[in-house]
Amino acid sequence: MGKRIGVEVSIAAAEAAALADVDVIAAYPITPQTHIVEHLSELVADGHLDAEFIPVESEHSAMSCCIGSSAAGARTFTATSSQGYALMSEICYIASSMRLPIVMTVANRALSAPISIWNDHADMMMSRDTGWIQTVAENGQEVVDLIFHAFKVGEDHRVLLPVQVNLDGFILSHMIEPIHMPDKAEVDAYLPPYKPAMRLDPAHPVSMGPVGMPDIYTEAKMAQDQALRNSKAVIVEAWKEFGDKFGRYYKPVETYKTEDAETIIVSMGSISETAMTAADALRAKGKKVGVARIRLWRPFPEAELFEPVKGAKNLVVLDRAMNFSGGDTGILGGEVKSVLFDQNHHPSLRNFFVGLGGRDITVQNFEEMVEKASANGGKPVPYEIINVRD
Amino acid sequence: MAKETGIMSWKELELGNSITRPGNAGELKTGDWRSMRPVTDYEKCTKCGQCYIFCPDMVYKKNAEGYYEQNYYYCKGCGICAHECPVSCIAMVQEGD
Amino acid sequence: MGIAAEAIKDFKGFNLKNMPEVEPLSSGHRACQGCGEILALRQAMKALGTNVVVCSATGCMEIVTSPFPQTAWNVPWIHVAFENTSAVVSGVEAAYKAMNRKGKINQPDVTFLAYGGDGSTADIGIQALSGALERGHNFIYICLDNEAYMNTGIQRSSSTPWGASTTTSPAGKYSKGQSTWKKNMPAIAVAHEIPYVATASPAYPVDLMNKVKKASMIPGPAYLHFYSPCPTGWRCGGDESVAVARLAVQSKVFPLYEVIDGQYVLSRKVAKPKPISEYFKMQRRFRHLTETDVQMIQERIDAEYAELLKKCGVEA
Ligand SMILES: Cc1ncc(C[n+]2csc(CCOP(=O)(O)OP(=O)(O)O)c2C)c(N)n1
Ligand code: SF4
Ligand code: SF4
Ligand code: SF4
Ligand SMILES: [Mg+2]
Repeated sequence: MGKRIGVEVSIAAAEAAALADVDVIAAYPITPQTHIVEHLSELVADGHLDAEFIPVESEHSAMSCCIGSSAAGARTFTATSSQGYALMSEICYIASSMRLPIVMTVANRALSAPISIWNDHADMMMSRDTGWIQTVAENGQEVVDLIFHAFKVGEDHRVLLPVQVNLDGFILSHMIEPIHMPDKAEVDAYLPPYKPAMRLDPAHPVSMGPVGMPDIYTEAKMAQDQALRNSKAVIVEAWKEFGDKFGRYYKPVETYKTEDAETIIVSMGSISETAMTAADALRAKGKKVGVARIRLWRPFPEAELFEPVKGAKNLVVLDRAMNFSGGDTGILGGEVKSVLFDQNHHPSLRNFFVGLGGRDITVQNFEEMVEKASANGGKPVPYEIINVRD
Repeated sequence: MAKETGIMSWKELELGNSITRPGNAGELKTGDWRSMRPVTDYEKCTKCGQCYIFCPDMVYKKNAEGYYEQNYYYCKGCGICAHECPVSCIAMVQEGD
Repeated sequence: MGIAAEAIKDFKGFNLKNMPEVEPLSSGHRACQGCGEILALRQAMKALGTNVVVCSATGCMEIVTSPFPQTAWNVPWIHVAFENTSAVVSGVEAAYKAMNRKGKINQPDVTFLAYGGDGSTADIGIQALSGALERGHNFIYICLDNEAYMNTGIQRSSSTPWGASTTTSPAGKYSKGQSTWKKNMPAIAVAHEIPYVATASPAYPVDLMNKVKKASMIPGPAYLHFYSPCPTGWRCGGDESVAVARLAVQSKVFPLYEVIDGQYVLSRKVAKPKPISEYFKMQRRFRHLTETDVQMIQERIDAEYAELLKKCGVEA
């Protein structure tokens, strides 16, 4: 029946990958992801996990090994952060184009320069258009559950795409949290063994990764785009099955007190917990505030996001990453605006950049942002960086 | 037809744009590139196999008598075989116009 | 006896009479007329047979064998990028190892081959290669050395020889062409203390195929460096690819040797070396060189060869 334990989230993530019985792990150390792969190599060293652990010489090679391994038909896992992600990004695009169901956890961290080991979502934002399915965890339990879900969805023959599970560096990765770890039999009942749809096998020779001339490149991209679009139904279905088996139900967008909210905070990741605390504090002062948290980042859940926010007068959209658009909106801000445009809906919207490179965000900050959004009156205002010293 | 030309719908593509018919490049007539054609004088040929192992296009096949014959469907006419034949029994002749 | 010597002690070898008929690489590829690179690759594949997984770097040999919807490969083949084929093969090998051990497959005898051009090997991919050699994966790496980035239009690499004119080391009023000496990739591989390193040339197919076969029999990494004439980039006759490859060996430009468990073994001693000028004359990439330049290069080649003989314990 599994058990509930107090455990560092990184350790739990590694245990989850081990419970998924991964065959190959290829990874390179980078803070704050390191504990995940350290623990996996420990599990292999102690014989708790029968897998090949490839201690590669770079993240670029980590993802390249993962492609080789997944193409050979093995269940494959890796983890990275920030600069490591940036280095491997060339190969991440190829993993999704080749339709290989690799699972990667990214302990989100700011991008250099200045070099910073602390949290923000710059790496996640950089990875958003790679064609990977992307989920974002709010707490340790979700990290574990999303890892099982990632294998389940990615390996589904209706999908066959790599999946990136994002968790906030330090804020989540290094926290000790109470987490329910299922036992092997429970995981096996949810996650069938990986059956590759195609593999590098001398008995059935295939050529993977051929040259795409102009007369086929567009079709190749179309097919890939369809795969990502179609994955959404499977993602939701796999969450439903997960809920039925484990009692924890997930959906693409999570909501908190949005039904009657005048102002809704749109957020991703662990910051949403602070946002919910702030919503309660503001509600105590008579302000109707709610939170919509995006769990499924790619494919982007447009309808699921519009549904809870459509009644709100004001929207506070949080981008936890610097995005030098030079225009009015950051990345999430832009995505939300495009959803509203499609629905011909015009609330008062403010886009804030928060928590850059490990900067704290307080409940007071939320009060300030909610205030600004309410006072905006629907005019377009450029994004604003919160908590910046003058 | 689509499978040969590659002019196909995105729905017909194999997973990840892969190619599942091994060696189907063999459908490609690289012999069209040729302006000179290697012709072997089997009277002089010693069946040494040099032409066979030095051909970059796998054009030669050994026949029942042990002679190496060209498959002109693929021969690009590079002339390596003629250059390397130890008894100079391969002549490069202009393709007929 | 070392690991490599032990593994190959009963090896019989190929000869021209018993050539395997198998062609894992098929006709219909789009390499230029007389391409020496694809010839070397073809010979290697004949030696390996079909129980193999091939990982390709971006470069001529990837482009000419795989324009969609046609593949020249009769064996499983994967291309991912330019600089990472050693990492891709590491992943494939590790996957097979894990899946065999866990009983998910029963294919213990598959050979894993990675190949790349000189640019892919000696420049952009040297880190991934070093990592894979150092980790000791059981695979063969073949560097197909045509001494420049041919696929992108004959740019210099660190494997381009001194004096060769390329599109990024052009000969000109103030330039002799490439101004650096060719990187010694086999020595870099040897420094990883892997069981087997060898050089080979398609002008000596039996020697080449024997080395490939040995590499496949030896557990752990094997590095093979193939001289791969490119008539297009070297500006020589397409019919002369094999001749120029032979002359490279005979003029000591590209000596053939093995390094078995760290021991250098000369494959063939060049008894009466040809002058390097003869080798240069065949290729227009060298035609701007003066007699003094050629003399200077000759001295360097002689010294390098003497050094190699010493390593091999062979009398000069
Ligand atoms: C990261 C990256 N940089 C550059 C290129 C462009 N590129 C493709 S192949 C190639 C040169 C290949 O040279 P080499 O490895 O010597 O192989 P050859 O074509 O000569 O056989 C270059 C520069 C690329 N594909 N990827
Ligand atoms: S190289 Fe010449 S002699 Fe040898 S088999 Fe070919 S044609 Fe005959
Ligand atoms: S001319 Fe070239 S391609 Fe044709 S058979 Fe001779 S070596 Fe092969
Ligand atoms: S450019 Fe050179 S190496 Fe590339 S296919 Fe042509 S001859 Fe071969
Ligand atoms: Mg090259």
